[in-house]
Amino acid sequence: MVERRPTLGILAHVIMVIAILVVAFPIYLAFIASTHTAQDIAQAPMPLLPGHNFWQTYSAALNGSGGGAGSNAPVGRMMWVSLVTALVITFGKITISLLSAFAIVYFRFPFKGFFFWSIFVTLMLPVEVRIGPTYQVVSDLGMLNTYAGLTIPLIASATATFLFRQFFLTVPEEMVEAARMDGAGPMRFFWDILLPLSKTSIAALFVIQFIYGWNQYLWPLLATTSEDMYPVVIGIKRMIAGGEGGNEWNIVMATVILAMLPPTVVVVFMQRWFVKGLVDTEK
Amino acid sequence: MEKRVLFRSSWLPWALLAPQVAIISIFFFWPAGQALLQSFQIQDAFGLSREWVGLDNFRSLFADESYLESFKTTAVFSLLVATLGISISLVLAIFADRIIRGGLFYKTLLIVPYAVAPAVAGVLWIFMFSPSIGVVAYWLSLLIGFDANYLLNASHAMALIVTAAVWKQISYNFLFFLAGLQSIPKSLIEAAAIDGAGPWWRFWTIQFPLLSPTTFFLLVINMVYAFFDTFAIIDATTHGGPGRDTAILVYKVYYDGFKALDLGGSAAQSVVLMVLVIALTVVQFRYVEKKVQY
Repeated sequence: MVERRPTLGILAHVIMVIAILVVAFPIYLAFIASTHTAQDIAQAPMPLLPGHNFWQTYSAALNGSGGGAGSNAPVGRMMWVSLVTALVITFGKITISLLSAFAIVYFRFPFKGFFFWSIFVTLMLPVEVRIGPTYQVVSDLGMLNTYAGLTIPLIASATATFLFRQFFLTVPEEMVEAARMDGAGPMRFFWDILLPLSKTSIAALFVIQFIYGWNQYLWPLLATTSEDMYPVVIGIKRMIAGGEGGNEWNIVMATVILAMLPPTVVVVFMQRWFVKGLVDTEK
Repeated sequence: MEKRVLFRSSWLPWALLAPQVAIISIFFFWPAGQALLQSFQIQDAFGLSREWVGLDNFRSLFADESYLESFKTTAVFSLLVATLGISISLVLAIFADRIIRGGLFYKTLLIVPYAVAPAVAGVLWIFMFSPSIGVVAYWLSLLIGFDANYLLNASHAMALIVTAAVWKQISYNFLFFLAGLQSIPKSLIEAAAIDGAGPWWRFWTIQFPLLSPTTFFLLVINMVYAFFDTFAIIDATTHGGPGRDTAILVYKVYYDGFKALDLGGSAAQSVVLMVLVIALTVVQFRYVEKKVQY
Protein backbone atom coordinates (compact mmCIF):
# COMPACT_ATOMS: atom_id res chain seq x y z
CA MET A 1 0.00 0.00 0.00
CA VAL A 2 1.31 3.38 -1.02
CA GLU A 3 -0.61 5.68 1.25
CA ARG A 4 -3.04 5.35 4.13
CA ARG A 5 -6.59 5.86 3.05
CA PRO A 6 -8.82 4.30 5.66
CA THR A 7 -12.05 5.00 3.74
CA LEU A 8 -10.71 3.34 0.62
CA GLY A 9 -9.52 0.39 2.68
CA ILE A 10 -12.95 -0.06 4.22
CA LEU A 11 -14.59 0.37 0.82
CA ALA A 12 -12.37 -2.42 -0.55
CA HIS A 13 -13.52 -4.78 2.19
CA VAL A 14 -17.16 -3.81 1.69
CA ILE A 15 -16.95 -4.45 -2.05
CA MET A 16 -15.24 -7.81 -1.58
CA VAL A 17 -17.81 -8.90 1.00
CA ILE A 18 -20.67 -7.95 -1.30
CA ALA A 19 -18.99 -9.78 -4.20
CA ILE A 20 -18.54 -12.90 -2.11
CA LEU A 21 -22.14 -12.81 -0.91
CA VAL A 22 -23.38 -12.56 -4.50
CA VAL A 23 -20.99 -15.23 -5.78
CA ALA A 24 -21.71 -17.62 -2.93
CA PHE A 25 -25.48 -17.13 -2.91
CA PRO A 26 -26.39 -19.82 -5.50
CA ILE A 27 -24.27 -22.36 -3.63
CA TYR A 28 -25.76 -21.37 -0.28
CA LEU A 29 -29.25 -21.70 -1.73
CA ALA A 30 -28.44 -25.17 -3.07
CA PHE A 31 -27.21 -26.25 0.33
CA ILE A 32 -30.29 -24.89 2.10
CA ALA A 33 -32.58 -26.60 -0.40
CA SER A 34 -30.81 -29.89 0.21
CA THR A 35 -31.71 -29.74 3.91
CA HIS A 36 -35.45 -29.43 3.35
CA THR A 37 -38.16 -31.70 2.03
CA ALA A 38 -39.36 -31.44 -1.56
CA GLN A 39 -42.70 -30.01 -0.37
CA ASP A 40 -41.06 -27.17 1.57
CA ILE A 41 -39.25 -26.03 -1.55
CA ALA A 42 -42.16 -26.39 -3.91
CA GLN A 43 -44.09 -23.63 -2.09
CA ALA A 44 -42.52 -20.35 -3.16
CA PRO A 45 -40.71 -18.73 -1.53
CA MET A 46 -38.58 -21.52 -0.18
CA PRO A 47 -37.11 -21.14 3.32
CA LEU A 48 -33.68 -19.52 3.55
CA LEU A 49 -32.44 -21.21 6.71
CA PRO A 50 -31.31 -24.81 7.05
CA GLY A 51 -34.02 -27.41 7.67
CA HIS A 52 -34.02 -30.79 9.36
CA ASN A 53 -34.05 -33.07 6.36
CA PHE A 54 -30.30 -33.18 5.72
CA TRP A 55 -29.67 -36.88 6.33
CA GLN A 56 -32.82 -38.09 4.63
CA THR A 57 -32.16 -36.02 1.51
CA TYR A 58 -28.55 -37.04 1.15
CA SER A 59 -29.17 -40.72 1.78
CA ALA A 60 -32.06 -40.67 -0.71
CA ALA A 61 -29.78 -39.05 -3.27
CA LEU A 62 -26.83 -41.37 -2.69
CA ASN A 63 -28.93 -44.52 -2.80
CA GLY A 64 -31.22 -43.38 -5.58
CA SER A 65 -34.39 -43.83 -3.54
CA GLY A 66 -35.96 -40.49 -4.45
CA GLY A 67 -39.33 -40.24 -6.18
CA GLY A 68 -38.75 -37.49 -8.74
CA ALA A 69 -40.29 -37.60 -12.21
CA GLY A 70 -36.85 -37.64 -13.91
CA SER A 71 -34.05 -40.15 -13.45
CA ASN A 72 -33.55 -41.51 -9.92
CA ALA A 73 -30.23 -43.24 -10.40
CA PRO A 74 -28.10 -43.59 -7.25
CA VAL A 75 -25.68 -40.67 -6.91
CA GLY A 76 -23.14 -42.84 -5.07
CA ARG A 77 -22.53 -44.80 -8.26
CA MET A 78 -22.37 -41.58 -10.33
CA MET A 79 -19.76 -40.08 -8.03
CA TRP A 80 -17.66 -43.20 -8.52
CA VAL A 81 -17.99 -43.00 -12.32
CA SER A 82 -17.03 -39.32 -12.23
CA LEU A 83 -14.06 -40.01 -10.02
CA VAL A 84 -12.73 -42.82 -12.21
CA THR A 85 -13.30 -40.75 -15.36
CA ALA A 86 -11.60 -37.65 -13.98
CA LEU A 87 -8.62 -39.62 -12.66
CA VAL A 88 -8.15 -41.63 -15.86
CA ILE A 89 -8.28 -38.45 -17.96
CA THR A 90 -5.86 -36.70 -15.62
CA PHE A 91 -3.28 -39.45 -15.33
CA GLY A 92 -3.70 -40.59 -18.92
CA LYS A 93 -3.04 -37.12 -20.22
CA ILE A 94 -0.10 -36.51 -17.90
CA THR A 95 1.53 -39.85 -18.74
CA ILE A 96 1.29 -39.76 -22.51
CA SER A 97 2.24 -36.09 -22.57
CA LEU A 98 5.33 -36.60 -20.41
CA LEU A 99 6.51 -39.36 -22.73
CA SER A 100 5.88 -37.54 -25.98
CA ALA A 101 7.32 -34.25 -24.71
CA PHE A 102 10.41 -36.18 -23.61
CA ALA A 103 10.76 -37.68 -27.09
CA ILE A 104 10.32 -34.32 -28.78
CA VAL A 105 12.76 -32.40 -26.61
CA TYR A 106 15.52 -34.96 -26.00
CA PHE A 107 15.76 -36.95 -29.22
CA ARG A 108 16.54 -36.29 -32.85
CA PHE A 109 14.63 -38.47 -35.27
CA PRO A 110 13.17 -38.23 -38.78
CA PHE A 111 9.86 -36.35 -39.24
CA LYS A 112 10.23 -34.77 -35.81
CA GLY A 113 8.84 -31.46 -37.07
CA PHE A 114 5.86 -33.21 -38.60
CA PHE A 115 4.96 -34.98 -35.34
CA PHE A 116 5.54 -31.84 -33.36
CA TRP A 117 3.06 -29.89 -35.44
CA SER A 118 0.49 -32.63 -35.73
CA ILE A 119 0.35 -32.80 -31.94
CA PHE A 120 0.07 -29.05 -31.54
CA VAL A 121 -2.69 -28.64 -34.10
CA THR A 122 -4.93 -30.51 -31.65
CA LEU A 123 -4.61 -27.56 -29.26
CA MET A 124 -6.82 -25.53 -31.53
CA LEU A 125 -9.90 -27.69 -31.86
CA PRO A 126 -11.94 -28.58 -28.80
CA VAL A 127 -14.00 -31.76 -28.84
CA GLU A 128 -17.18 -29.71 -29.39
CA VAL A 129 -16.41 -28.92 -33.02
CA ARG A 130 -15.76 -32.50 -34.11
CA ILE A 131 -18.38 -34.07 -31.93
CA GLY A 132 -20.40 -35.94 -34.58
CA PRO A 133 -17.58 -37.91 -36.24
CA THR A 134 -15.91 -38.60 -32.88
CA TYR A 135 -19.14 -40.13 -31.70
CA GLN A 136 -19.22 -42.35 -34.78
CA VAL A 137 -15.66 -43.54 -34.21
CA VAL A 138 -16.34 -44.37 -30.58
CA SER A 139 -19.57 -46.17 -31.35
CA ASP A 140 -17.92 -48.12 -34.21
CA LEU A 141 -15.24 -49.25 -31.77
CA GLY A 142 -17.97 -50.42 -29.37
CA MET A 143 -16.79 -48.02 -26.68
CA LEU A 144 -20.09 -46.37 -25.78
CA ASN A 145 -21.01 -46.80 -22.11
CA THR A 146 -17.47 -47.79 -21.15
CA TYR A 147 -14.80 -45.97 -19.18
CA ALA A 148 -12.56 -46.13 -22.25
CA GLY A 149 -15.17 -44.36 -24.36
CA LEU A 150 -15.70 -41.73 -21.66
CA THR A 151 -12.04 -40.92 -21.25
CA ILE A 152 -9.80 -41.67 -24.23
CA PRO A 153 -11.31 -39.16 -26.71
CA LEU A 154 -10.78 -36.44 -24.08
CA ILE A 155 -7.15 -37.43 -23.61
CA ALA A 156 -6.53 -36.60 -27.29
CA SER A 157 -5.34 -33.04 -26.76
CA ALA A 158 -1.96 -31.42 -26.56
CA THR A 159 -2.29 -28.91 -23.72
CA ALA A 160 -0.18 -31.03 -21.40
CA THR A 161 2.40 -31.94 -24.04
CA PHE A 162 2.89 -28.28 -24.76
CA LEU A 163 3.32 -27.48 -21.08
CA PHE A 164 5.87 -30.22 -20.46
CA ARG A 165 7.80 -29.29 -23.60
CA GLN A 166 8.09 -25.70 -22.36
CA PHE A 167 9.26 -26.95 -19.00
CA PHE A 168 11.80 -29.46 -20.35
CA LEU A 169 13.34 -26.74 -22.48
CA THR A 170 14.19 -24.81 -19.32
CA VAL A 171 15.98 -27.76 -17.70
CA PRO A 172 19.74 -27.02 -17.88
CA GLU A 173 21.73 -28.96 -20.48
CA GLU A 174 24.33 -29.82 -17.83
CA MET A 175 21.84 -32.25 -16.31
CA VAL A 176 21.84 -34.43 -19.43
CA GLU A 177 25.59 -34.16 -19.83
CA ALA A 178 26.19 -35.18 -16.24
CA ALA A 179 23.73 -38.05 -16.47
CA ARG A 180 25.37 -39.35 -19.64
CA MET A 181 28.82 -39.07 -18.18
CA ASP A 182 27.64 -41.21 -15.29
CA GLY A 183 26.46 -43.75 -17.80
CA ALA A 184 22.70 -43.20 -17.49
CA GLY A 185 20.57 -44.11 -20.49
CA PRO A 186 17.62 -42.00 -21.65
CA MET A 187 14.98 -43.78 -19.56
CA ARG A 188 17.15 -43.68 -16.46
CA PHE A 189 17.56 -39.93 -16.98
CA PHE A 190 13.80 -39.60 -17.44
CA TRP A 191 12.90 -41.47 -14.24
CA ASP A 192 15.62 -40.24 -11.90
CA ILE A 193 16.12 -36.66 -13.03
CA LEU A 194 13.43 -35.30 -15.30
CA LEU A 195 10.42 -36.70 -13.47
CA PRO A 196 11.40 -35.43 -9.99
CA LEU A 197 12.15 -32.01 -11.52
CA SER A 198 8.69 -31.90 -13.11
CA LYS A 199 6.84 -32.45 -9.84
CA THR A 200 5.32 -28.97 -9.54
CA SER A 201 4.29 -28.91 -13.20
CA ILE A 202 2.60 -32.27 -12.73
CA ALA A 203 0.77 -31.06 -9.62
CA ALA A 204 -0.40 -27.93 -11.43
CA LEU A 205 -1.63 -29.94 -14.37
CA PHE A 206 -3.33 -32.41 -12.07
CA VAL A 207 -5.59 -29.70 -10.63
CA ILE A 208 -6.56 -28.28 -14.02
CA GLN A 209 -7.15 -31.64 -15.66
CA PHE A 210 -9.05 -33.10 -12.73
CA ILE A 211 -11.55 -30.26 -12.89
CA TYR A 212 -11.69 -30.51 -16.66
CA GLY A 213 -12.40 -34.24 -16.45
CA TRP A 214 -14.91 -34.03 -13.61
CA ASN A 215 -16.92 -31.23 -15.22
CA GLN A 216 -17.18 -32.71 -18.73
CA TYR A 217 -20.65 -32.49 -20.14
CA LEU A 218 -21.22 -32.75 -23.89
CA TRP A 219 -19.07 -35.80 -24.44
CA PRO A 220 -20.47 -37.99 -21.62
CA LEU A 221 -23.96 -36.86 -22.60
CA LEU A 222 -23.46 -38.61 -25.93
CA ALA A 223 -21.16 -41.44 -24.90
CA THR A 224 -23.31 -42.79 -22.05
CA THR A 225 -26.85 -44.03 -22.37
CA SER A 226 -27.11 -46.46 -19.46
CA GLU A 227 -27.77 -45.18 -15.97
CA ASP A 228 -24.89 -46.99 -14.32
CA MET A 229 -22.35 -45.15 -16.50
CA TYR A 230 -23.62 -41.60 -15.92
CA PRO A 231 -21.07 -39.23 -14.46
CA VAL A 232 -22.67 -37.09 -11.78
CA VAL A 233 -22.92 -33.96 -13.97
CA ILE A 234 -24.97 -35.90 -16.53
CA GLY A 235 -26.95 -37.49 -13.70
CA ILE A 236 -28.12 -34.06 -12.54
CA LYS A 237 -29.19 -33.16 -16.05
CA ARG A 238 -31.20 -36.39 -16.33
CA MET A 239 -32.69 -35.81 -12.91
CA ILE A 240 -34.25 -32.48 -13.85
CA ALA A 241 -35.80 -34.00 -16.97
CA GLY A 242 -39.02 -34.40 -14.96
CA GLY A 243 -39.91 -30.73 -15.45
CA GLU A 244 -40.01 -28.04 -12.79
CA GLY A 245 -43.06 -29.42 -11.05
CA GLY A 246 -42.04 -33.08 -11.07
CA ASN A 247 -38.52 -32.67 -9.72
CA GLU A 248 -37.61 -33.40 -6.14
CA TRP A 249 -35.53 -30.26 -5.89
CA ASN A 250 -34.07 -31.11 -2.51
CA ILE A 251 -32.50 -34.26 -3.97
CA VAL A 252 -31.36 -32.42 -7.10
CA MET A 253 -29.68 -29.78 -4.94
CA ALA A 254 -28.08 -32.41 -2.69
CA THR A 255 -26.62 -33.93 -5.85
CA VAL A 256 -25.41 -30.49 -6.93
CA ILE A 257 -23.59 -30.07 -3.63
CA LEU A 258 -22.09 -33.55 -3.87
CA ALA A 259 -21.04 -32.96 -7.49
CA MET A 260 -19.17 -29.77 -6.69
CA LEU A 261 -17.49 -31.06 -3.56
CA PRO A 262 -14.50 -32.97 -5.03
CA PRO A 263 -13.41 -30.30 -7.55
CA THR A 264 -13.88 -27.55 -4.94
CA VAL A 265 -11.75 -29.43 -2.44
CA VAL A 266 -9.04 -29.90 -5.07
CA VAL A 267 -9.07 -26.22 -6.09
CA VAL A 268 -9.13 -24.82 -2.56
CA PHE A 269 -6.54 -27.12 -1.03
CA MET A 270 -4.22 -27.14 -4.03
CA GLN A 271 -4.70 -23.41 -4.66
CA ARG A 272 -1.03 -22.67 -5.26
CA TRP A 273 -0.69 -25.30 -7.98
CA PHE A 274 -4.07 -24.36 -9.39
CA VAL A 275 -3.01 -20.79 -10.04
CA LYS A 276 0.30 -21.98 -11.49
CA GLY A 277 -1.56 -24.47 -13.68
CA LEU A 278 -3.92 -21.81 -15.01
CA VAL A 279 -1.09 -19.48 -15.89
CA ASP A 280 1.08 -22.22 -17.43
CA THR A 281 -1.56 -23.90 -19.57
CA GLU A 282 -2.55 -20.64 -21.19
CA LYS A 283 0.89 -19.59 -22.30
CA MET B 1 14.36 -24.39 -30.17
CA GLU B 2 16.41 -27.49 -29.51
CA LYS B 3 18.76 -28.92 -26.94
CA ARG B 4 22.44 -29.20 -27.84
CA VAL B 5 22.82 -32.52 -26.09
CA LEU B 6 20.46 -35.18 -27.36
CA PHE B 7 20.00 -38.86 -26.81
CA ARG B 8 20.39 -41.22 -29.73
CA SER B 9 18.19 -44.21 -30.31
CA SER B 10 16.57 -45.58 -33.41
CA TRP B 11 13.42 -46.91 -31.76
CA LEU B 12 12.93 -45.26 -28.37
CA PRO B 13 11.53 -41.88 -29.53
CA TRP B 14 8.96 -43.69 -31.66
CA ALA B 15 7.89 -45.85 -28.74
CA LEU B 16 7.57 -42.77 -26.55
CA LEU B 17 5.49 -40.93 -29.12
CA ALA B 18 3.32 -43.91 -30.03
CA PRO B 19 0.56 -43.59 -27.37
CA GLN B 20 -0.13 -39.93 -28.06
CA VAL B 21 0.10 -40.28 -31.83
CA ALA B 22 -2.24 -43.29 -31.78
CA ILE B 23 -4.83 -41.46 -29.70
CA ILE B 24 -4.79 -38.23 -31.66
CA SER B 25 -4.93 -40.08 -34.98
CA ILE B 26 -7.97 -42.13 -34.03
CA PHE B 27 -9.86 -39.59 -31.94
CA PHE B 28 -8.73 -36.35 -33.47
CA PHE B 29 -7.47 -36.45 -37.06
CA TRP B 30 -9.82 -39.14 -38.26
CA PRO B 31 -12.97 -37.43 -36.88
CA ALA B 32 -11.81 -33.99 -37.97
CA GLY B 33 -11.17 -35.37 -41.45
CA GLN B 34 -14.59 -37.00 -41.42
CA ALA B 35 -16.21 -33.72 -40.44
CA LEU B 36 -14.48 -32.05 -43.35
CA LEU B 37 -15.54 -34.83 -45.73
CA GLN B 38 -19.14 -34.94 -44.53
CA SER B 39 -19.46 -31.22 -44.97
CA PHE B 40 -19.24 -31.83 -48.73
CA GLN B 41 -21.75 -34.68 -48.68
CA ILE B 42 -25.44 -35.25 -48.10
CA GLN B 43 -26.33 -38.28 -46.04
CA ASP B 44 -29.72 -39.70 -45.22
CA ALA B 45 -30.67 -39.96 -41.57
CA PHE B 46 -29.80 -43.65 -41.29
CA GLY B 47 -26.36 -43.28 -42.88
CA LEU B 48 -27.28 -45.68 -45.70
CA SER B 49 -26.38 -43.54 -48.66
CA ARG B 50 -24.22 -40.50 -49.19
CA GLU B 51 -23.80 -38.22 -52.09
CA TRP B 52 -21.09 -35.74 -53.00
CA VAL B 53 -22.61 -32.27 -53.20
CA GLY B 54 -19.59 -29.97 -53.19
CA LEU B 55 -20.24 -26.67 -51.49
CA ASP B 56 -24.02 -27.11 -51.37
CA ASN B 57 -24.08 -27.65 -47.61
CA PHE B 58 -22.25 -24.39 -47.06
CA ARG B 59 -24.43 -22.55 -49.55
CA SER B 60 -27.63 -23.69 -47.89
CA LEU B 61 -26.08 -22.97 -44.50
CA PHE B 62 -25.44 -19.35 -45.31
CA ALA B 63 -28.79 -19.04 -47.04
CA ASP B 64 -30.44 -20.30 -43.85
CA GLU B 65 -32.04 -17.50 -41.88
CA SER B 66 -31.79 -19.41 -38.59
CA TYR B 67 -28.04 -20.02 -39.03
CA LEU B 68 -27.33 -16.35 -39.61
CA GLU B 69 -29.55 -15.60 -36.65
CA SER B 70 -27.43 -18.01 -34.59
CA PHE B 71 -24.29 -16.07 -35.57
CA LYS B 72 -25.89 -12.91 -34.24
CA THR B 73 -26.96 -14.68 -31.05
CA THR B 74 -23.44 -16.01 -30.54
CA ALA B 75 -21.92 -12.57 -31.14
CA VAL B 76 -24.27 -10.88 -28.66
CA PHE B 77 -23.82 -13.64 -26.11
CA SER B 78 -20.03 -13.80 -26.25
CA LEU B 79 -19.61 -10.02 -26.25
CA LEU B 80 -21.84 -9.72 -23.20
CA VAL B 81 -20.06 -12.56 -21.39
CA ALA B 82 -16.61 -11.20 -22.21
CA THR B 83 -17.23 -7.54 -21.38
CA LEU B 84 -19.27 -8.17 -18.24
CA GLY B 85 -16.93 -10.89 -16.99
CA ILE B 86 -13.82 -8.84 -17.63
CA SER B 87 -15.07 -5.56 -16.17
CA ILE B 88 -16.52 -7.10 -13.00
CA SER B 89 -13.34 -9.09 -12.39
CA LEU B 90 -11.15 -6.07 -13.02
CA VAL B 91 -13.03 -4.03 -10.42
CA LEU B 92 -12.80 -6.88 -7.92
CA ALA B 93 -9.09 -7.40 -8.59
CA ILE B 94 -8.35 -3.69 -8.07
CA PHE B 95 -10.03 -3.70 -4.68
CA ALA B 96 -8.56 -7.07 -3.71
CA ASP B 97 -5.12 -5.68 -4.56
CA ARG B 98 -5.58 -2.96 -1.90
CA ILE B 99 -6.44 -5.45 0.79
CA ILE B 100 -3.62 -6.53 3.03
CA ARG B 101 -5.35 -8.58 5.68
CA GLY B 102 -7.83 -11.27 4.65
CA GLY B 103 -6.89 -11.18 0.98
CA LEU B 104 -6.36 -14.92 0.81
CA PHE B 105 -9.78 -15.55 2.34
CA TYR B 106 -11.57 -13.50 -0.33
CA LYS B 107 -9.49 -15.02 -3.07
CA THR B 108 -10.24 -18.57 -1.95
CA LEU B 109 -13.97 -17.94 -1.93
CA LEU B 110 -13.90 -16.22 -5.31
CA ILE B 111 -12.21 -19.14 -7.07
CA VAL B 112 -14.89 -21.65 -6.04
CA PRO B 113 -17.16 -21.06 -9.09
CA TYR B 114 -14.30 -22.25 -11.30
CA ALA B 115 -14.70 -25.70 -9.77
CA VAL B 116 -18.43 -25.84 -10.47
CA ALA B 117 -19.37 -27.64 -13.69
CA PRO B 118 -21.08 -25.37 -16.27
CA ALA B 119 -24.06 -27.73 -16.38
CA VAL B 120 -24.37 -27.55 -12.60
CA ALA B 121 -24.20 -23.75 -12.76
CA GLY B 122 -27.07 -23.93 -15.25
CA VAL B 123 -29.14 -26.07 -12.88
CA LEU B 124 -28.46 -23.61 -10.02
CA TRP B 125 -29.66 -20.78 -12.24
CA ILE B 126 -32.95 -22.49 -13.15
CA PHE B 127 -33.45 -23.20 -9.50
CA MET B 128 -33.11 -19.49 -8.68
CA PHE B 129 -35.01 -18.10 -11.64
CA SER B 130 -37.69 -20.67 -12.32
CA PRO B 131 -41.01 -18.80 -12.60
CA SER B 132 -42.77 -21.34 -10.36
CA ILE B 133 -40.32 -22.14 -7.56
CA GLY B 134 -37.33 -19.83 -8.07
CA VAL B 135 -36.69 -17.74 -5.00
CA VAL B 136 -34.93 -14.94 -6.89
CA ALA B 137 -37.76 -14.81 -9.44
CA TYR B 138 -40.15 -14.54 -6.50
CA TRP B 139 -38.24 -11.61 -4.95
CA LEU B 140 -37.98 -9.79 -8.26
CA SER B 141 -41.69 -10.04 -8.69
CA LEU B 142 -42.43 -9.09 -5.06
CA LEU B 143 -39.99 -6.21 -4.68
CA ILE B 144 -39.94 -4.51 -8.07
CA GLY B 145 -42.83 -6.17 -9.82
CA PHE B 146 -40.56 -7.71 -12.45
CA ASP B 147 -41.86 -11.04 -13.73
CA ALA B 148 -38.83 -12.99 -14.88
CA ASN B 149 -39.72 -15.83 -17.18
CA TYR B 150 -36.84 -17.29 -19.13
CA LEU B 151 -39.11 -19.87 -20.74
CA LEU B 152 -41.17 -17.29 -22.60
CA ASN B 153 -39.10 -14.14 -22.88
CA ALA B 154 -36.02 -14.21 -25.14
CA SER B 155 -34.13 -11.42 -23.39
CA HIS B 156 -34.78 -12.97 -19.97
CA ALA B 157 -33.40 -16.25 -21.31
CA MET B 158 -30.32 -14.46 -22.66
CA ALA B 159 -29.82 -12.67 -19.33
CA LEU B 160 -30.05 -16.01 -17.55
CA ILE B 161 -27.34 -17.73 -19.57
CA VAL B 162 -25.11 -14.64 -19.62
CA THR B 163 -25.17 -14.25 -15.84
CA ALA B 164 -24.57 -17.96 -15.29
CA ALA B 165 -21.64 -17.92 -17.74
CA VAL B 166 -20.18 -14.75 -16.17
CA TRP B 167 -20.53 -16.18 -12.66
CA LYS B 168 -18.42 -19.16 -13.65
CA GLN B 169 -15.77 -17.13 -15.46
CA ILE B 170 -15.20 -14.43 -12.83
CA SER B 171 -12.76 -16.65 -10.89
CA TYR B 172 -10.53 -17.10 -13.88
CA ASN B 173 -10.45 -13.44 -14.93
CA PHE B 174 -10.01 -12.32 -11.35
CA LEU B 175 -6.93 -14.49 -10.80
CA PHE B 176 -5.28 -13.21 -13.96
CA PHE B 177 -6.00 -9.56 -13.19
CA LEU B 178 -4.78 -9.93 -9.63
CA ALA B 179 -1.56 -11.55 -10.83
CA GLY B 180 -1.20 -8.78 -13.41
CA LEU B 181 -1.71 -6.03 -10.83
CA GLN B 182 0.74 -7.60 -8.42
CA SER B 183 3.43 -7.80 -11.08
CA ILE B 184 3.36 -4.02 -11.68
CA PRO B 185 6.47 -2.57 -10.01
CA LYS B 186 5.61 -0.82 -6.75
CA SER B 187 8.16 1.90 -7.54
CA LEU B 188 6.02 3.18 -10.43
CA ILE B 189 2.99 3.56 -8.20
CA GLU B 190 5.02 5.14 -5.41
CA ALA B 191 6.66 7.63 -7.75
CA ALA B 192 3.24 8.68 -9.03
CA ALA B 193 1.91 8.95 -5.47
CA ILE B 194 4.81 11.21 -4.49
CA ASP B 195 4.00 13.38 -7.47
CA GLY B 196 0.53 13.75 -6.02
CA ALA B 197 -1.49 11.32 -8.13
CA GLY B 198 -4.48 9.85 -6.28
CA PRO B 199 -5.56 6.21 -6.53
CA TRP B 200 -8.09 6.91 -9.30
CA TRP B 201 -5.60 8.83 -11.42
CA ARG B 202 -2.88 6.21 -10.86
CA PHE B 203 -5.24 3.49 -11.97
CA TRP B 204 -6.04 5.18 -15.30
CA THR B 205 -2.52 6.31 -16.11
CA ILE B 206 -0.41 3.43 -14.80
CA GLN B 207 -2.22 0.25 -13.83
CA PHE B 208 -4.83 0.12 -16.56
CA PRO B 209 -2.38 0.66 -19.45
CA LEU B 210 0.04 -1.89 -18.01
CA LEU B 211 -2.80 -4.38 -17.69
CA SER B 212 -3.77 -4.06 -21.34
CA PRO B 213 -1.89 -7.22 -22.46
CA THR B 214 -3.72 -9.19 -19.74
CA THR B 215 -7.01 -7.64 -20.75
CA PHE B 216 -6.53 -8.51 -24.39
CA PHE B 217 -5.49 -12.05 -23.55
CA LEU B 218 -8.57 -12.46 -21.36
CA LEU B 219 -10.75 -11.07 -24.13
CA VAL B 220 -9.66 -13.88 -26.47
CA ILE B 221 -9.93 -16.54 -23.76
CA ASN B 222 -13.40 -15.34 -22.76
CA MET B 223 -14.59 -15.36 -26.36
CA VAL B 224 -13.42 -18.96 -26.76
CA TYR B 225 -15.05 -19.81 -23.44
CA ALA B 226 -18.36 -18.26 -24.52
CA PHE B 227 -18.18 -20.08 -27.86
CA PHE B 228 -17.63 -23.59 -26.54
CA ASP B 229 -17.67 -24.14 -22.81
CA THR B 230 -21.07 -22.57 -22.35
CA PHE B 231 -22.79 -25.35 -24.28
CA ALA B 232 -23.55 -27.14 -21.03
CA ILE B 233 -25.12 -24.04 -19.45
CA ILE B 234 -27.46 -23.60 -22.40
CA ASP B 235 -28.36 -27.25 -22.65
CA ALA B 236 -29.15 -27.40 -18.94
CA THR B 237 -31.28 -24.24 -18.91
CA THR B 238 -32.93 -22.89 -22.05
CA HIS B 239 -32.23 -25.66 -24.63
CA GLY B 240 -31.62 -22.85 -27.07
CA GLY B 241 -35.09 -21.48 -26.48
CA PRO B 242 -37.48 -19.79 -26.37
CA GLY B 243 -37.75 -20.56 -30.08
CA ARG B 244 -34.11 -20.46 -31.26
CA ASP B 245 -33.27 -17.28 -29.39
CA THR B 246 -30.41 -18.61 -27.28
CA ALA B 247 -29.13 -21.27 -29.72
CA ILE B 248 -25.46 -20.31 -30.11
CA LEU B 249 -23.36 -21.93 -32.85
CA VAL B 250 -22.09 -24.88 -30.80
CA TYR B 251 -25.59 -25.64 -29.63
CA LYS B 252 -26.82 -25.66 -33.22
CA VAL B 253 -24.06 -28.08 -34.30
CA TYR B 254 -25.21 -30.45 -31.62
CA TYR B 255 -28.92 -29.94 -32.23
CA ASP B 256 -28.78 -30.27 -36.02
CA GLY B 257 -26.44 -33.26 -35.89
CA PHE B 258 -27.93 -35.25 -33.04
CA LYS B 259 -31.55 -34.16 -32.75
CA ALA B 260 -32.46 -33.10 -36.29
CA LEU B 261 -30.04 -35.67 -37.82
CA ASP B 262 -28.86 -33.33 -40.56
CA LEU B 263 -25.32 -34.71 -40.66
CA GLY B 264 -24.09 -32.78 -43.69
CA GLY B 265 -25.37 -29.48 -42.36
CA SER B 266 -23.98 -30.17 -38.91
CA ALA B 267 -20.58 -31.09 -40.36
CA ALA B 268 -20.53 -27.91 -42.43
CA GLN B 269 -21.26 -25.96 -39.25
CA SER B 270 -18.39 -27.78 -37.52
CA VAL B 271 -16.05 -26.72 -40.30
CA VAL B 272 -17.15 -23.09 -39.99
CA LEU B 273 -16.54 -23.30 -36.24
CA MET B 274 -13.08 -24.80 -36.76
CA VAL B 275 -12.18 -21.89 -39.03
CA LEU B 276 -13.41 -19.46 -36.37
CA VAL B 277 -11.38 -21.11 -33.59
CA ILE B 278 -8.26 -21.21 -35.74
CA ALA B 279 -8.69 -17.51 -36.50
CA LEU B 280 -9.04 -16.74 -32.79
CA THR B 281 -5.98 -18.85 -32.00
CA VAL B 282 -3.90 -17.08 -34.63
CA VAL B 283 -4.90 -13.73 -33.11
CA GLN B 284 -3.85 -15.05 -29.73
CA PHE B 285 -0.49 -16.33 -30.95
CA ARG B 286 0.24 -13.04 -32.69
CA TYR B 287 -0.38 -11.34 -29.41
CA VAL B 288 1.83 -13.79 -27.51
CA GLU B 289 4.71 -12.98 -29.88
CA LYS B 290 4.22 -9.32 -29.23
CA LYS B 291 4.28 -9.89 -25.50
CA VAL B 292 7.59 -11.74 -25.74
CA GLN B 293 9.24 -8.71 -27.32
CA TYR B 294 7.87 -6.42 -24.67
